[in-house]
Amino acid sequence: MTNVPVHEWTLLEAARKVREKEISARELTSALLARIETLDPKVHAYITVLPEASTALASACDEDLAKGVVRGPLHGVPVGLKDIFCTRGARTTCGSRILHNFDPPYDACVTEKILGAGAVLLGKHNMDEFAMGSSTETSYFGPTRNPWDLSRIPGGSSGGTAAAVAAAMCFAGVGTDTGGSIRQPASLCGVVGVKPTYGRVSRYGMIAFASSLDQGGPITRTVADAAMLLGVIAGYDRRDSTCVDIPVPDYLSAADRPVKGLRVGLPKEYYEGGGLSPEVREAVEKALKALTDQGAVAVEVSLPHTSFALSTYYLIAPAEASSNLARYDGVRYGYRSESATGLIEMMSKTRAEGFGEEVKRRIMIGTYALSAGYYEAFYGKAQKVRTLIRRDFAKAFEVADVLLTPTAPTPAFRLGEKTGDPLTMYLSDIYTIPCNLAGIPGISVPCGFSAEGLPIGAQLLADSFREETLFAAAGAIERGLPVPRTAPLKG
Amino acid sequence: MAFEAVIGLEIHAQLSTRSKIFCACSAAFGAPPNENTCPVCTGMPGVLPVLNRKAVEYAIRTALATSCVVQRRSVFARKNYFYPDLPKAYQISQYELPIALGGHVDIEVDGGTKRIGITRIHMEEDAGKLVHEGDFAGAQASLADLNRCSVPLMEIVSEPDIRTPEEGGAYLRRLHDILVYLEVCDGNMEEGSFRCDANVSVRPAGREAFGTKAELKNMNSFRNVEKALEYEIRRQSELIEDGGKVVQETRLWDANAGRTVSMRRKEEAHDYRYFPDPDLLPLIVEDAWVEELRGTIPELPAEKIARLERQYGIPRYDAGILASARALADFFEASAAIFGGNPKTTANECLHWKDEALAGKLSPETIAHAVEDRERGTVSATASKKLVELVLATGKPFRTLRDEHGLTQVSDVSALDAVVDKILAASPNEVASYRSGKAGLLSFFVGQVMKETRGKANPKMAQEVLKRKLG
Repeated sequence: MTNVPVHEWTLLEAARKVREKEISARELTSALLARIETLDPKVHAYITVLPEASTALASACDEDLAKGVVRGPLHGVPVGLKDIFCTRGARTTCGSRILHNFDPPYDACVTEKILGAGAVLLGKHNMDEFAMGSSTETSYFGPTRNPWDLSRIPGGSSGGTAAAVAAAMCFAGVGTDTGGSIRQPASLCGVVGVKPTYGRVSRYGMIAFASSLDQGGPITRTVADAAMLLGVIAGYDRRDSTCVDIPVPDYLSAADRPVKGLRVGLPKEYYEGGGLSPEVREAVEKALKALTDQGAVAVEVSLPHTSFALSTYYLIAPAEASSNLARYDGVRYGYRSESATGLIEMMSKTRAEGFGEEVKRRIMIGTYALSAGYYEAFYGKAQKVRTLIRRDFAKAFEVADVLLTPTAPTPAFRLGEKTGDPLTMYLSDIYTIPCNLAGIPGISVPCGFSAEGLPIGAQLLADSFREETLFAAAGAIERGLPVPRTAPLKG
Repeated sequence: MAFEAVIGLEIHAQLSTRSKIFCACSAAFGAPPNENTCPVCTGMPGVLPVLNRKAVEYAIRTALATSCVVQRRSVFARKNYFYPDLPKAYQISQYELPIALGGHVDIEVDGGTKRIGITRIHMEEDAGKLVHEGDFAGAQASLADLNRCSVPLMEIVSEPDIRTPEEGGAYLRRLHDILVYLEVCDGNMEEGSFRCDANVSVRPAGREAFGTKAELKNMNSFRNVEKALEYEIRRQSELIEDGGKVVQETRLWDANAGRTVSMRRKEEAHDYRYFPDPDLLPLIVEDAWVEELRGTIPELPAEKIARLERQYGIPRYDAGILASARALADFFEASAAIFGGNPKTTANECLHWKDEALAGKLSPETIAHAVEDRERGTVSATASKKLVELVLATGKPFRTLRDEHGLTQVSDVSALDAVVDKILAASPNEVASYRSGKAGLLSFFVGQVMKETRGKANPKMAQEVLKRKLG
């Protein structure tokens, strides 16, 4: 393993080597910054790179270590954050023109936690504007490309984070997942992505898209790395009233827990649709075999309301978004249209010019869904269906410990392939959305490649606060199906 | 045609918590613009509201004091609209499921009591305010002061049980007094801590169905509420009598012009797109907490008035004024406890020195001593008043001042006998006139006694001595 290049180390390896002074945080950081400088012009995973701040932070970590102070499990390790997490002193754009110049006067809880654990923040990752998209093409700052094939999208909305991790331009990143925005890009970029239970990770300072669905989570190259990173960012935060006050278990030890006797549910509705690519199906079947080979037991389950999930999601998420995004009016911060003469014109021009097409489309849908006379038929009905979907899962978890499904119906598609047809784009999240509606945790773990060499991920879902079960099962798939985690990208 | 008015009042009371309802910023009035703000109340990206427990406590106490049913589960919703003084572009407000439902307060009108129903009490956050550079129409710029953003408000909605402006005023004063008694609101109408909107309609007397209502806003004093109601009732009645129709609209009270003017028609009303705020969980209020808070409800104005009247035998009118402020009633009772005497005299003194007593410039001892000395005849009414003024000016005790200034009355009969003898001897003509029937001269002799004793004689006693000697 000695000839593994520095940037390909796992998060845990990098952390250990810094702690054991095999390498300084400063050296590690400059290696990664050099890699970003070489590769990111092609991939465009970063909106903002922070060379000075990260170098200074790395030096401070080295000084601390020299005095015997270890800040935490991420001491001196360079990581990145999706540009949705507020970072004091580093602009936070959410991939939008309307926040292109926004410098938050506060850190998100996730930012505080990773910095508190000793991480070195390399920069802010590209994303679909306000996390609305499945390809990172709606970013005001231009699309990110898939490191495995630069003509393809990395998935989204946390496409920048997944691409940065896959291209080894950071050891790990934190993304957010409202309908699949961590898991789908993780799957398309061949890395591990976790959507924790709703309430597991504080949403404070994480720019809201759909408040009842949003959840931050790790994107890493290994299951163990994801488990460790979730342990850092999870936990109660009184600034988020939806954050749950239950102890954070030792996720890392769960990653190599045996899976003998584990009941793996296969929701038949996820395998029935015509949209599932045969290659993906085959790869997920291999993942199942990896699990059963290690003693897990397959059981068929049914989630009868699955077909309603997408339409339910596209009422709830835009409704909440229409309200969450109303604050971007040009009055206090961010972009303001300069051509307006009056107040109402200033607000409407700011929003017309500051938001991209997809964001505006969802604001319109959401505004409509909440309007007097339509509320019950749309938002009210969607909430009821959401309860049914939640019950489907509760019932499935009576007979299964985890559910195994594809993460995305196909491997990465080409840039521009679906931008003209929002509905086709929305279908990219068909397997990931129900998990957010139910609030349960999910993980995407690499399980193979397509004939064209594109990564494929398998999704595992567990009952609320059973992330340990996810890590155990994902760890077993990882051990059974060793696949390369770093895209073979040359400078 | 005789018309009857149907009035419902919506009271917005600022809860006097130290911090705001959804963040830790100070809720105090009067700070420099935008000083009491943080990322949460200025609606920065990614921030989240956290409910202030004290605000909930205050709302529950209000609910209990107005016989409302505290709801075990209530929900905060978002009321969406764009305005530069509303940083999130939505106001967090309880909507379908408020904290309390179905209560009442009793008011006193025309010598009787009337029960006014309370539909609901809900909690919400305040918005900021805009300051326009120059006059409103030609303003070059508008400046936003977000200090008030997220200051906790409580809205108390009455049933349409009010029939006259007087009843409206009485209801408003009674609720005001209750909130101040509970110490959940400072009741300051000028600073906007206690505001009121009114829904007013009229109908021909005796008819059951309600007429079309108008909503009145911008009435910033009790008197203005009464005046606005009077005006609006007259306007609607005249409109109908002239064959016109009342339209559903929001009208602003113009205090200077003394009339209401149309602000917004029903069809111009906003669609606020209310929905439950996903950032806040439903508020669950445990019974045990409600019971605990029930024990903290003080004696309320109506009970206090009745008790003062009963216990001290003072007129209901006096009891009402004493009970209008909890501190004044306490002051009265403390004075009466120090000197029993005639509580009516104590009540009179307390009402006379009301402002000073409430400002903490007088102690109950001062009033008790003043009343006691007067009842015992040691000090005259005039001297008593003068002494209280001296207490206010010097801060010295009443009785120390009394002795220092020699303002004790002569109530000693033998001492007065000598003085009277002297005066009668010196005024033979007046004595003769009096004895021949000019009874009015008695006051002349009293005056002489007062003069001789330099005001220290007890006038009542002097009169008795004079009458006896003049036979």
